[in-house]
Amino acid sequence: MQSGRSFFRLFGSLGLVITLAGFDSNLSADEAKKSEEATFAAAGAEVPLGEFIDQQIRQGWQDNEITASAAATDEEWVRRIYLDLLGRIPTMEEARKFLADESPRKRSVLTEELLEHEDYVRNFTTVWSNNCIGRGAPQRVSRTGMEKFFREAFARNRPWNEIVVDIVTASGHYEENGAVNYTLAQMQNADEGVQLTAMTARLFLGLQVQCTQCHNHPFNKWQQDQFWEYNSFFRQVGKIDHRKLDPNTGRMVDDYSEVVWQEFSGPVYYEKRSGVMQVAYPRFQGLEVDPGVGVDRRVEFGKLITQPVDGAPPQIAQAMVNRTWSHFFGYGFTRPVDDMGPHNPASHPDLLERLSREFVAANYDVKELIRWIVASEAYGLTSQYNDKNKIDDPGAGEVPLFSHMYLKSMQAEQMYDSLIVASNAHKSGRGGWGAQEEQRRLWMQQFVVAFENDENDESTTFNGTIPQALMMMNSELMDKACSVERGSFLFESMSSPGNEAQKIQELYLAALSRNPTRTEIGKVQKMLKSYGNQRLMGYQDLFWALLNSNEFVFIH
Amino acid sequence: MSLWNNYGMNRRHFMQHMATAAATVPAMNFLSHLQANADVVKSKQKACILMWMGGGPPTIDIWDLKPGSKNGGEFKPIDTAAPGVQISEHMPETAKVFGDLSLVRSMSTREADHGRGRYYMQTSYVPNPTVVHPTFGSVVSYEIGKNRKALEIPAFVSVDGGAGQAGFLGMTHAPFVVDNTGRIRNAPTEEGKARLGARLTMLDEIESGFIKSGRGELPKAHQDVYLNAKNLMTSRQMAAFDVAKADAGLGLEAESQATKDAYGTNGFGQGLLMARRLVQVGVPFVEVNMGGWDLHAGVFDTLKNQRLPQLDKGISAITADLKRRGMLENTVLVWMGEFGRTPRINQDVGRDHWAASWSVMMGGGGLKNGQAVGATDKDGVQIADGSKAYLPGDIWATVAMAMGIPVSTVHTSKRGRPMKLANGGTPIQELIG
Repeated sequence: MQSGRSFFRLFGSLGLVITLAGFDSNLSADEAKKSEEATFAAAGAEVPLGEFIDQQIRQGWQDNEITASAAATDEEWVRRIYLDLLGRIPTMEEARKFLADESPRKRSVLTEELLEHEDYVRNFTTVWSNNCIGRGAPQRVSRTGMEKFFREAFARNRPWNEIVVDIVTASGHYEENGAVNYTLAQMQNADEGVQLTAMTARLFLGLQVQCTQCHNHPFNKWQQDQFWEYNSFFRQVGKIDHRKLDPNTGRMVDDYSEVVWQEFSGPVYYEKRSGVMQVAYPRFQGLEVDPGVGVDRRVEFGKLITQPVDGAPPQIAQAMVNRTWSHFFGYGFTRPVDDMGPHNPASHPDLLERLSREFVAANYDVKELIRWIVASEAYGLTSQYNDKNKIDDPGAGEVPLFSHMYLKSMQAEQMYDSLIVASNAHKSGRGGWGAQEEQRRLWMQQFVVAFENDENDESTTFNGTIPQALMMMNSELMDKACSVERGSFLFESMSSPGNEAQKIQELYLAALSRNPTRTEIGKVQKMLKSYGNQRLMGYQDLFWALLNSNEFVFIH
Repeated sequence: MSLWNNYGMNRRHFMQHMATAAATVPAMNFLSHLQANADVVKSKQKACILMWMGGGPPTIDIWDLKPGSKNGGEFKPIDTAAPGVQISEHMPETAKVFGDLSLVRSMSTREADHGRGRYYMQTSYVPNPTVVHPTFGSVVSYEIGKNRKALEIPAFVSVDGGAGQAGFLGMTHAPFVVDNTGRIRNAPTEEGKARLGARLTMLDEIESGFIKSGRGELPKAHQDVYLNAKNLMTSRQMAAFDVAKADAGLGLEAESQATKDAYGTNGFGQGLLMARRLVQVGVPFVEVNMGGWDLHAGVFDTLKNQRLPQLDKGISAITADLKRRGMLENTVLVWMGEFGRTPRINQDVGRDHWAASWSVMMGGGGLKNGQAVGATDKDGVQIADGSKAYLPGDIWATVAMAMGIPVSTVHTSKRGRPMKLANGGTPIQELIG
């Protein structure tokens, strides 16, 4: 903690404490002491990490004079943790088992179970494949290869720094070394590595340097030369698109693609807006690399990005912490999550710094990072506001204070997998991994084609267009989910014993992972009555309504 | 019993029905007077119909012929209703209505790749990894759609397209895609509607609890989207999508075979006919797509036998039809693709991609029509000396002005960057007069 930055931060928070103590006579001695402790903690007298996270978050509540919401009920929490970790809702059995469990440690026990679940690997493979290559079908990119790489990485819980270095330095055949697909996806245009530079900085370093491709950044100290310095690391990237003879037609068709090293040495040249030509050498955060012949610049880049800078944790650690926090809370410590830097201060800088440092100390253990976040007080809160935290509304542009859980819209994959789970389709002949992925891809195509947008952004979440609503109301998938054919959830439920109230309860559990209230049961029974002897149709409509409800599409 | 209809009777519908009922009782005169007023209001509503020529049309063979040049090709120019403006001999019907149309013959747009060219022409911005710019239809939806309170159809409809993105303006302004028969994906069938009505009634009951649970605005917003979807599906205005449907209250008639024939019984023609109906009910931006322009080989045969006959019918029919209905003054027509095609004819008797010197057609919208703005040189390879070169932003700024959207409008990207409307383009002086 010797660096100038840390000194300023310390000085700043001490100043704040003095001001508070001096001018706010209402501040109790107890609270003042707590603030002091927090300050000392920031200065290096380490409290245990779990405590520190809660302390830092609580500090934000206190500073903004809000009161946090109550803890989430088990019903709310179990659905949330399944969606966040496994990318799907719990099955009825899974929900029941957790709700019946009376152990006080059941949340941490379930967290451990889910971290070892095969769907954890599947979920994070999906998330990171989408981050790296998008959802569309970029040319000459193997999604299979990319997914295989991440599947192995998450299944073995490989350290994040190794994963990143593998990706940014990857060469070879796009299915033998799936990591190259990240690079191939950024090589859609022959643009001298411009997109590869911008994406790498954004995704793995949390830095937005692409504006500086053309001009100095208007809000921060980054200069145009920085973009081109980064870019010079990627000028040795080449690719070969192999073709082969199709023996049936006698024509040449696409074969595999590969990333190869190509000769490049010396500086890159770029043009200032004034038209003056400039040069840039490979340099990352003040550290230079030999621009000479025979140096593999991407390998050097991989070494540099894993080194601490000025005593601060490496940027790849901070970027991953920020992204992972945002995965669970819907918001990270900066907005957007991939635009970190002095121009965009973090909402909880000390927490971000400590988490990043611990992440590095834990050898970039992603599961460990997830454990810390999920075990926090904030993650365990309900998504309901109370009277004293209405201002904590990042949706309205406020800085997130994490005093209640924020609603997240399901991603299209989460929606698909949850519909499958709710309607039992995963049991009745969905086949192996390959077949499942294929069906899911077909569903995803509707999004990508309908909205022609392969960015990982709002078009792939359910948030507000008529085509999406129509798709939920009338698509074949929804039809299937509400079908009563043998093996379906509704068939099983209807053909097993139980009275009307019990059936209603089962439908609620399967779709919303919770039991209906007494009032809800009454309401539903009244509606079912109007179906007369077409009761089965009534249950189908009820299940349709549950699956189309706001409570279903939001992670809360 | 149709629960769908009961459910679909929201307050606005109810008021509309009441209004109709009240008006039926007094004299027919009164009704037609009201009707006439409504028509005046509607016809004063600004709209834009974009004819998008996917693939890049050879404008040198359509709008800016070069007789006598080695690049001239096989077609001859003919006179049009606009003095001094000549177009291809295969566009005879369009030539007759050219007093209401104009050409910008000095487009110079630098992007000659399909994806990049489309992005540039539709947004006025070159692609940039930091931001997705809105296609101009989304801009119109954003600027004008919100003021069309009576409009139940999305404000930006794309017939057979949908490549454009709303970008930072948000998904609610994304193109609403239909095919040229008016089919909407995942729309309920007539038989399916009653069942869906019952389901929606149940949904309403089920999700009200979550809305009241103190979780902010999103749960209600979700319900609103379903309400919009349902309103659309039950809306009278849906008749605009179906050329066989009449609705006197909306001024829509069942289109006769003669009308369908006049527009052309092909996707483009029927799409334009639907576009006219959509504009009638108040949709401010309709895009109609016609593909098949990437003519690297056999350009003249394809043009003469396939593309131009359809194009000629479609353009001439929509122009005349809008004029006859008094809608042309308020409806801007824009015809463009992602770029033009090479003046040089290649070894396959085709033309390749060319962005340096090509034409865009515009019309209606109260513009000063019947003229050709700008010129290319005698071989069509560059903008003629003394002629001003135009960018897509200039076309869209002209459209903005014609539609009453202030050209000085600035939007803000998601990262807080100011983005000028039409990339700061300037309305074309000759056209706005």
